Parts: sequence; C-alpha cells; structure tokens
Amino acid sequence: MTDSSYGQGQGPAPMSACPACVAMPSALDRAQAAAAAASARIMLSVPDAHCALCITNIERDLEKMPGVKSARLNLTLRRVSVEGEPGVTAAAVAERLGKIGYPAYELDPGQLSMTETDRQGRDLLMRLGVAGFSMMNIMLLSVAVWSGATDATRDLFHLISALIAVPTVAFSAQPFFRKAWAGVKAGRLDMDFPISLAIVLATGMSLYETLNGGHHAYFDAAVMLTFFLLAGRYLDFRTRAVARSAAQELAALEVPRALRVTDGTEETVAVSALTLGDLVLVRPGGRIPVDGVIVAGTSELDRSLLTGETLPVFASPDLVVTAGAVNLTGPLTVRVTAAGKDSSLHRMADLVAVAENARNKYTTLAERAARLYSPSVHLLAFGAFLAWMWITGGDVRLALNIAAATLIITCPCALGLAVPAVVTAASGKLFRAGLLIKDGSALERLAEVDTVVFDKTGTLTLGTPEPVSLDTLSPHALEIGAALGAASSHPLAQSLAQAAKARGVIPALLDDIAEVPGHGVQALWQGTRVRLGRADWVGADSLETTGTYLAIGAERVHAIAFTDRLRDGAQEAVTAFKAQGKRVLLISGDVPGAVRAMAERLGIDDWQAEALPQDKSATIEALQAKGHKVLMIGDGLNDTVALTAAHVSISPATALDAARVASDIVLLGTSLAPLPHAQRTAVRAVRRIRENFAISFGYNLIAVPIALVGLASPLIAALAMSVSSITVALNALRLK
Amino acid sequence: MDILAILIPVSLLLGIAGLLAFWWTLRRGQYDDPEGDSQRILRGDYDDHPKP
Repeated sequence: MTDSSYGQGQGPAPMSACPACVAMPSALDRAQAAAAAASARIMLSVPDAHCALCITNIERDLEKMPGVKSARLNLTLRRVSVEGEPGVTAAAVAERLGKIGYPAYELDPGQLSMTETDRQGRDLLMRLGVAGFSMMNIMLLSVAVWSGATDATRDLFHLISALIAVPTVAFSAQPFFRKAWAGVKAGRLDMDFPISLAIVLATGMSLYETLNGGHHAYFDAAVMLTFFLLAGRYLDFRTRAVARSAAQELAALEVPRALRVTDGTEETVAVSALTLGDLVLVRPGGRIPVDGVIVAGTSELDRSLLTGETLPVFASPDLVVTAGAVNLTGPLTVRVTAAGKDSSLHRMADLVAVAENARNKYTTLAERAARLYSPSVHLLAFGAFLAWMWITGGDVRLALNIAAATLIITCPCALGLAVPAVVTAASGKLFRAGLLIKDGSALERLAEVDTVVFDKTGTLTLGTPEPVSLDTLSPHALEIGAALGAASSHPLAQSLAQAAKARGVIPALLDDIAEVPGHGVQALWQGTRVRLGRADWVGADSLETTGTYLAIGAERVHAIAFTDRLRDGAQEAVTAFKAQGKRVLLISGDVPGAVRAMAERLGIDDWQAEALPQDKSATIEALQAKGHKVLMIGDGLNDTVALTAAHVSISPATALDAARVASDIVLLGTSLAPLPHAQRTAVRAVRRIRENFAISFGYNLIAVPIALVGLASPLIAALAMSVSSITVALNALRLK
Repeated sequence: MDILAILIPVSLLLGIAGLLAFWWTLRRGQYDDPEGDSQRILRGDYDDHPKP
C-alpha cells in the first residue's frame, strides 16, 4: 500500500528521465532532433500556482536556473513552459520548483497538441469579434432610423447596414449554419436549425425590404442574435477546452513504457509493442505493465490500486502478477502471459465499456428544453405566416415579415447563452476549488445526488502508512529502526525513517547494510545482527494490521504497527455530506478489520469490505435501481466499473489513468473537503439554469403575442433580445 | 445633413480600426491566459521591460 503519489510522482518521472528515454529522440526524425538540440521546450503542470506572487516566485526562480532562457507561467492552465538549453531537463526543473514549494509534474509535450483546440477557439473568437463590431456599427445606424430618419436617409442607412450585415452574417453565423445543415442531413432538428432559420430569414427579408424602400429592417437583430449566441458558444467551448486540456495533462503524466529484456540487453519499448513470452524488467518503484509470471527476483508487490488491499504481498518466482501492481523492493523479471487485448487491464476496460453502455444517456436540461423548443417555435412562426396569409388575403411580404419577427423574438438566447454562462461560472468556481468538470452534464448530475459511496484506500486515505506506537520502542531500537528504514525503498520502512526523523532521532551507525528483496533489510549494529522486515523473516508473530518488524540480535522482536493516513478533509467531507442528509457508504476491497476501523473513525454506518470490482458496481446498481442517485468517489482500478456505473463519479488526480477516464470529475488537490461544497454549487447552478429558463419563458410570454399580431418593430425586437440576454447572463453571474 | 457624408465613413473606419486591433490582439495570443494577465498587472517588475 504505497501512497499513490509514490507510484505516480516517482514512478513515471525517473522513467522519462532514464537514459534510454533521453536517447529516444534519436529514433525520431532528424528535423525534430535538430530542433530539440537548439533549445529545449519543457512543459510542466504546476497545480498549486494561483496568485500574482506565484508568478513572480516561479518565473524569477526558474530564470535564475543555469541554462534556462525564459520561463512563463500560464495561470489559467496552471502550466509553466520553460525554454532552455538542451541540458535542462524536466526532472531538474520539477525538482527546483518542488524546493520552492510548488510541486510540479512533467507533461508529455506530444500529448499536449493543443494547436487544434487553440485554432478552434481563436476561430470562434474572431467570428464573435466581427459580429460584435458589426453589431455596434449597425446599431448606430439603426438608432438614427428609430429616432425618425425617413425616406432617402432611412433607405441609405438600411443599405449601409445591409452592406455590413450580410458579409458579417455570412462569416460569423457559419458555425450555426454548418451544425444546422449537419443536423438536417442526419434527419434531426436541433437548436441550430431555428437559429439559422431566424438569422437567414431576418437577413433575407430585411434585404428585400431595403431594396424595395420598406420601413422595417432587422439587420441589427440578425447580427445581435449571432453575437449573443456566439458568445454562448464560445463560453461553452472554453469550459470544454479547459477540461479537455487538463484531462490531456493528466494523461500526459503517465507514459506507458516497459523495459524489455532480450538476450541480456534492456530496451525501453511501448507497452503495446510487447508480445507473449517477452521478458520485462520491473524496477523497484515501477508499475508492472503487463500480466505475467515472475521468472526471477523476489520483492513485495503493492496491489492497493488493483484490489484495495493495503498490505503488500510477497513476490517470488512463479507468482502470477497482474498489470497495475507496484513493485516495491527488488527488481523483478516478468514473463508476459497476456498483453494488449487479453491483459487484465484491458478486460477491466471492457467491463467499463459495458457499464458505460448500460448507463442511460443523460439528457441535460438544455437538451430537454431544446426538444420542446425547436418544434414549437417552428409551428408558431409557420402558424403566424399562414394566419397572416389568410387575414391579408395573400400578402406574402407581410406574412413573411411577421414570421421572421416571431422567429427573432423567440430567439433561444436563454438556451444558447444562459446555460453556457451558468456552466462556465460554476465550473470556474469549482476549478478554483480544485475540481475539474470533465463533462458538462456532470454538473447537473452532481446536483441530483442523494447517496455518496467512498472507496477506502487511496481515496479516503492517502495510502501513506504512518507508524503508530513509536513510544513503546526503546530509544536505541528507534535509532536502529530509523537507520534501517532509511536504507530501504519499501514504503513502510521509508515512513518509519521519516517518522523517526520528525521526532529528532539520530539514526544509529550500521555496517553491512543489505536489502533482501521481498523480505526486508538487515545490517550489523555493534556486531549484532539487526533486521527490519516481514514477520516470518525476522521471526515474529504477525500483527492483525499492517506492520513491520524489527529484530535486534536475540533480543525480543519489536512490532511496529502502521495506520493508513487519512486524506485531508476526509472527515469534513463525510460529516458535511451527512449533514446535507445524504446517505454515505464505504465500499472497499480491503480486509474487514481495516474497513471497520476506518468506518468507525469517520462515522460511516454502512460499510462493505473485501468487495470485488463487480461487487462494488452491483451495490451501486442496486441502489440506483431503487431510485437513488449515487455519487461514487474512488481511485483504483477496482473502482473503475463502479465509477462508470454511478450516476456521477469523482476521482482524485493521483488515481490510475483508467479511474480518471471513467469518472466525470477529477479532484486536483489532495483534500476531500471541497466535495460537499461542490455538490452545493452544482445544486445552485442548476437552480440558476432553471431560473434562466423561467426568465426567458416569461419574456416570450409577453413578446410573442406582440410579434404575432404584427406589432413587433425592429426596436422592440432589439430591446427585448438584449434585455433578455443581459438578464440571463447577470443571473448566471450571481452564482459567485 | 452633409455632415453625414463625413460621419458615416468615420464611424465605419473606426469600427474597422477596432476590429483590426482586436484581430491583432487575437493573433498575438493575448486571450490565452486571462487569469495570469489580470494578476501580472499587479507586479511592478516588468514596468520598464515588458515581457514579450
């Protein structure tokens, strides 16, 4: 049971800093290698940067670093990009940042191909800008018309407006036209169709009126509609782009590579390139990349991310291992028995896919509203057209004018702008609290939650063991324990050494320190053999809980018990969820003793131990069958199916890739305390969305009859549209 | 009303100038880090030597 950051933070970093990986560029094409030699561009994720001082600290410090040409922190993405000479490595930069208090993680620049997203964002922004400037100019001319320009002046102003509006609509409204056309081709009527129809009809009718010296032109309304809806689109895009880039960032943290041994030589290969029978070397601290059988080496394996067990298991030749376990103490050589599609990792992914299919596609509030909205607007406009044709006895021009006015007045500003505005405000607020929404509908689903299911290892706990009862050890035993612990890379030993150091214990001087992989570490202390390690190896009775054992010569053996450290904010989160009246459950793959202790400590009444991945998802599905909406919080591979099965799911950033992919929200910080707060924010955001619908419905209730009876002048249309758009946007901002 | 012959082109030109300025800022990536930029103006150390 290592701290998951032990596997995450230390695992991949040395991997990508290994000599083999540095040699990798030689395999790439020459141009890229040449570019890399001229200057190195390194990207690091700095999740803790949040203020002006952070910018100063990070940039100043990095620019003082030898070899660094420039460093720039992007606070929006919490990412620092460093330009440096070839000698500057990401690991060195990350270490330097760690020293000044900003944990940093190297990002794989290949994974961060942000150019496509960047291009899309700029494209939308450009269209928005063009629509905005045109809108202002047309409005200037329209105001003159409204305030009484007549005859030739009015016609001239309409003509100039047309000259600005037609190219603007042709350029700026393209995203709507394209999506509407795609929708029509696919045989469905989504939001973009009425939008496109309103814009085209308003522009076309106004053009016709202008050329025939008509009184009313809706150029301003057409362009304004485009502008407001583009603003909504852009907000929507921004929210998704930030989530996507952060998700890419998480993916870029872990590079799936393996060390293949062929005829005594090691080479780094992609995991996907491994075949049956290959020999793979797994160094201590590394994660086993494949399913296989150990052929050489002894060690201990941490399977907490796979099964939730906190106790490391002993590993020796002929043991069958599964991908995802972390090797703790000694190097292991593993013969691949299942790779790619057959591996247990892949089977887990299949289970997730099945659960994903079973999960009913959630229809968001906006989608439900759109389903009602699109047909009714078309019917209304078409009905108005027919009615006026009949009343006027065939005046197509008037009837079309009224139909266009109806379409403009019922413009879906509330749907197009209000929902993205609320979602942007809410996800921005949650992002600052350390939560990343990966999916827009997750916010709405989170608001409906009434049951919360926690995983134990790595979620409620940090997975970092802490020694208890150090006081029962004699001072010299503690000194020896500290010295032995410091010599091993085993998490229990490391934790013991750190705890001793924190108490100010000076490690004893030892000779002949040797680590016996899979068993422990031994040494000579003043001529006496001292050992720290597994119970059977040092000759002690095993404790019920996690523990390590210290033997000093023939003297009695000291048992050092460990407890898993509670994640920050776990207690607060559980208490707050219960105070909100939610049912809280704890389902873990760990042994009953440890789970019961944790449940009692946190005050959780419902708990379940030794749960297999299928058991977890079965429990959740049973709850949901009874009509409960379940929020699942988990980090391990054994949680992925449950995370997918749940109504909405959250995983910490330290979780395995598969778990993060399966969940809707990623917790970027280490504390669990923001979770209940996030749930409250989600509830409030959904309330704002509903209010915005009510506002726009109320305004349609007044404006539509005016349009239907043919009284809607361009001035009324412009006023109504801008007032409603601004009201819903302001209402969204109230979320702060 | 002759003034219109001047004012209308002027307003259009100003609009185009604004649009071009917007286009320029967009091309220079000035909207890439809005949060960082809002914090950077609080610092004095680039006042004499603005960072590119």
